[in-house]
Amino acid sequence: MTEKKYQFGLDTFGDIGFKNDGTPMTGAETLRQVVKEAHLADELGIDLIALGEHHRSEFAISSPEIVLSAMAQVTKNIKLGTAVTVLSSDDPVRVFERFSTLHALSNGREEIMLGRGSFTESFPLYGYDLEKYDDLFEEKIAMWQALLEGKPMNWNGKLTQKLTDTTVYPQLPEGETIATSVAVGGTPESIIRAVYYDLPVVIAIIGGEPTRFRPYVDLYHKATKQFDKPERPLGMHAHGIILDDEKEAIEVGWKYIKAEMDRIGIDRGWAPMTRDRFEFEIDKGSYYVGTPETVAQKIAKNMKAMDMQRFDLVYGTGGQLLHQREDTIRNYGEKVIPRVKELLGGDGND
Amino acid sequence: MTEPTIGIVGAGKLGSTLARLGIQAQLPILIGSRHKVEDLKWVIDTLAPGTITLTTDEVIERADVIILAIPLGHYLDLDPVKLAGKIVLDASNYWVEVDGTHNNISDFKRSSSEVVQDHLNNSLVAKAFNHMGYHDLEIEVDRHPDVRRAMAYATDHDEIRPTVEHVITAFGFDPLFLGPLRYGLLLEPGSPLFGEAIPRDEFQDKINTIYDSPYGQKIITERGEKIK
Repeated sequence: MTEKKYQFGLDTFGDIGFKNDGTPMTGAETLRQVVKEAHLADELGIDLIALGEHHRSEFAISSPEIVLSAMAQVTKNIKLGTAVTVLSSDDPVRVFERFSTLHALSNGREEIMLGRGSFTESFPLYGYDLEKYDDLFEEKIAMWQALLEGKPMNWNGKLTQKLTDTTVYPQLPEGETIATSVAVGGTPESIIRAVYYDLPVVIAIIGGEPTRFRPYVDLYHKATKQFDKPERPLGMHAHGIILDDEKEAIEVGWKYIKAEMDRIGIDRGWAPMTRDRFEFEIDKGSYYVGTPETVAQKIAKNMKAMDMQRFDLVYGTGGQLLHQREDTIRNYGEKVIPRVKELLGGDGND
Repeated sequence: MTEPTIGIVGAGKLGSTLARLGIQAQLPILIGSRHKVEDLKWVIDTLAPGTITLTTDEVIERADVIILAIPLGHYLDLDPVKLAGKIVLDASNYWVEVDGTHNNISDFKRSSSEVVQDHLNNSLVAKAFNHMGYHDLEIEVDRHPDVRRAMAYATDHDEIRPTVEHVITAFGFDPLFLGPLRYGLLLEPGSPLFGEAIPRDEFQDKINTIYDSPYGQKIITERGEKIK
């Protein structure tokens, strides 16, 4: 497969949506809707859809690979990813089994993004010690890399199982692998670890001026030299709403993005979002909210400034009405992505 | 006042962000962590160019003011003898992701910075730089060059207050003295003041109404009275 110069994705956590009359959808309805949205994104030629894994009331997706494998049956080209798989509170062997199954069912369109997880519900839920958060990730990412080699596993884990000459099934076809990347926030060590394992990095930039993360991009490049590893495509992930009417997009954001950030903030100790901060995020910060042209200009500007080859737009944040979710996807695929490629100067995709 | 040398202990999200802010403010900044100097130096040279990377011991020895940017759970790793006589700004918080689900270190009767002060019994501890998220330390400073954000602090040592205020001001914030160290409880995770990056008058309003909040109510329940 030839690598595209730029890749544009859609991300969702499966935020519980609202029907067009404003009544909330159930979790089950939301899951079916997300599959429909993947179908739409595929028809629009969007490169990737990636699902988060959460275990709380606002989000419908706790088992992303099952949703992805349903998507695999109704789509043709779109890559089917996670954003993120919380490897620390999962069993790498089972993760491998699920993704190699998805590999088969999607004809190799799966992608896994590993993260330490900024939500922590999965740890008590699956019986893992949160205080081993870092050690679990370190050991399991190493185990994941070993599993991808596709050979019988010999593994003597401290926090994971012991395996002797064990083959994990279904095996990947000869010469094929599971595309793996790592999601990072603001922890320098996470970037260094990803480079050490030669994995592409996607930075979650969900607040403030995106160029504030430039030092982390520099750190990535420097780390590749330090460890003598190749440069892999760098990506960013951010929230957005793209509607034809600028004011409407802003008000939808103020209603739904604020609600979601404030809800999460209660757990994380973030202060509730002020209107002033919200408008700053749209104007100069990390929200991609507005008309297709406004959003395209902003994506192109930040991809250039940050030397990024991948952009993932988080859509449907806080739920939103069905038509708002679908309009965002349609605008992203039809107008924003082509325009960003144009602004970046040729897409290099052919 | 001669510009004090700032030593940051801990080079994660908070430590590296504070180093960058300090360098932008043209302060002399030293940093050290549990990592070897050779492993940390190139990282810090990238994230906060101008900062001098040293061992933690060297940082402690050479700095006038030490900022603790480590997980609270690591406070026992700090050597009270080496830190004796130093001004220590405790920016650490109890954080379940690193410190564990059950807080066995501090509680509503003994706030986390009091625990740190008890351990560093010959140091001059102030709680500072803990209540603002590391993202907001940069975002809010850049965003409001005109109206500085309040940085609340608490200490038992009145004699260090001018230096603490000088450092907070130099980093770009508006110092707000809460009182003796036990008042630092008001700045801990769970408090409505935690996470706030707002101007002094708004911050003061939130302090004034803190006992109306569930967190304030819990303080009264646990301590039997307001913090005095």
